[in-house]
Amino acid sequence: MSTIIAPAEKTEVVPEPITPWKPSQKTKSVSIIVFLASLFLSAAIVLLTGLAGIDGFGLALFCVVIVVTTVRNLRSNQKSRKDAFVGVFVASAAMLAFFPWMSIFASVIVKGVRGLQPNFLVENMQFTTPDDELNMGGAAHAVIGSMLMVSIAAAITLPLGILSGVYLTEIRGRLTFLVRFVVQSMSGVPSIVAGLFVYTTFVDYTSKFSGMAGALALAVLMLPTVARTAEEVLKLVPDDLRSASYALGARQWRTSLMVVLPTVRSGLMTAAILGVARVIGETAPLLLTSLSNNSFVFNPLGGPIGSLPTYVFGLLQIGTENSINRAWTGSLVLLILVLVLFTTARYVGGKDKK
Amino acid sequence: MSQTVQTSVMSMSDGQSESPVVRGLETRNIHAWFGKHHVLKDISLKFPEKTVTGLIGPSGCGKSTFIRLLNRMHEFIPGAAMAGQVLHDGHDIYSPEVDAAAIRLKVGMVFQKPNPFPAMNIRENVLSGIKLAHLKVADHDSIVERCLTRAGLWKEVKDRLTATGGSLSGGQQQRLCIARSLAVEPNVLLMDEPCSALDPGSTLRIEETIKELAEKIAVVIVTHNMQQAARVSDYCAFFLTDGGPGYLVEADATKKLFTNPGDTRTADYVQGKFG
Repeated sequence: MSTIIAPAEKTEVVPEPITPWKPSQKTKSVSIIVFLASLFLSAAIVLLTGLAGIDGFGLALFCVVIVVTTVRNLRSNQKSRKDAFVGVFVASAAMLAFFPWMSIFASVIVKGVRGLQPNFLVENMQFTTPDDELNMGGAAHAVIGSMLMVSIAAAITLPLGILSGVYLTEIRGRLTFLVRFVVQSMSGVPSIVAGLFVYTTFVDYTSKFSGMAGALALAVLMLPTVARTAEEVLKLVPDDLRSASYALGARQWRTSLMVVLPTVRSGLMTAAILGVARVIGETAPLLLTSLSNNSFVFNPLGGPIGSLPTYVFGLLQIGTENSINRAWTGSLVLLILVLVLFTTARYVGGKDKK
Repeated sequence: MSQTVQTSVMSMSDGQSESPVVRGLETRNIHAWFGKHHVLKDISLKFPEKTVTGLIGPSGCGKSTFIRLLNRMHEFIPGAAMAGQVLHDGHDIYSPEVDAAAIRLKVGMVFQKPNPFPAMNIRENVLSGIKLAHLKVADHDSIVERCLTRAGLWKEVKDRLTATGGSLSGGQQQRLCIARSLAVEPNVLLMDEPCSALDPGSTLRIEETIKELAEKIAVVIVTHNMQQAARVSDYCAFFLTDGGPGYLVEADATKKLFTNPGDTRTADYVQGKFG
């Protein structure tokens, strides 16, 4: 009687589900207590020794955690000791990368929130001097200018960028190498050069600064980002799908339009988002093309137009307390604007079907 | 009856000689190359309507290349070249005035891996061929129902036609792909190992589907599964390679090929002694 069923008691009771691969509650609490103790110890070190400030605290905490980890793993084998050490280094590196970003974010919120009053979002600076109290004037004109220019730039670049992605991955024509080379070179163009280029062409030709000029400069900067991202995304489409489409008697352009592009809808939305993110905070090219303005401008060809980056830039140059506060609030509004734009974009066009 | 058809699918060394027009596909002295690499040598076969033909043979003997030659998918591979004729309803599909996309409409294909379009739901997947090829069809609903029924999938999905293809199991996805191929009404369906990624139950369902399809159209199926070839096909063609280009060892009625083959290598292969 050979069988592969192991001898075990017959039982009708369904066992409690457990997760033996996860650390137990006890280990977890011990770890938390040890970490809190490390925090206090580091704080004590900062207070008692020459180390000072948040960076001193970070350094102290790092050393303390390393020592604690060593002590806690003294009895374990070499592999888990190595594991613990590498874990500490990886976590520290992540914190190190995370911290500056959090710090920027926090200071923009803390310093900008004071000026974030209703008037800031509906009024302009036409009859307000930068030094006036924060409950006067606003940046609505700058928000509108930024939105206007970025929208025009996106309207120009998204079709162009996606089409060049399609050219590079689907059509693979004779100019593939050239197009890829040009796109890569364009992504290295300093933003001020893009501004200068539009200044010497469009601004010179129309003999005035305008939102259209600003949008063109932003488009020059946005195009390589969108094109390269679109290319990378399109490369991910499995050839299976193209084959299936061809085997159904489809021509190439219908395959691209109806099978390949819809498959990577959310990826193309990412390309658009990255493109917008690339240009929405650009200041230098706008100084040469759209300049700035203190009142509402809705016509992209109607002369200088305000924008959030130039708004912040101008106020910082004035340098009084209220103007600097306004500048922080402008930065905060820029952050919020980006957040709102991206969330909407993801919600509207980014949902992949599963 | 069986005698006449048998001889008609037998390897035809005199492929250039006059013969009546075959409804379905016919190949005459087909060769294939990838670059300088000669992968397929002198294949002449007939795939008449209302038959199922199994292509068997070890990996690398050119079965897939051959089947892709039959609906002009071969030419998508860079460096691909060919020689010989493929006749669809008596017309050479490789003659210069022929539109490859139109040929692929009449000679459909099901791939090894199920590949429903991820951006479309089940209904849209079935109708994708019609939309992709710009066909004018009035009644979409009845096409969806008819094709899914023919592919043996209707009962399972009729209440969730708007779910995505990805939500189906592997076997259901493959049947969805078959339904998709049927929507453009081909009169030949090529299947390149359609069941190799599927469980026995789904395989059985697809084999039933194949038999039903063969009441109307010609089915060509590549398979590594001898039992499947025996179960599903009316005729079988055995391919082999000796390191060089793949060639046809013999082609005959499946029953004869499996019980009394004309070549000892065929006997060894179908009994599982090599390959």
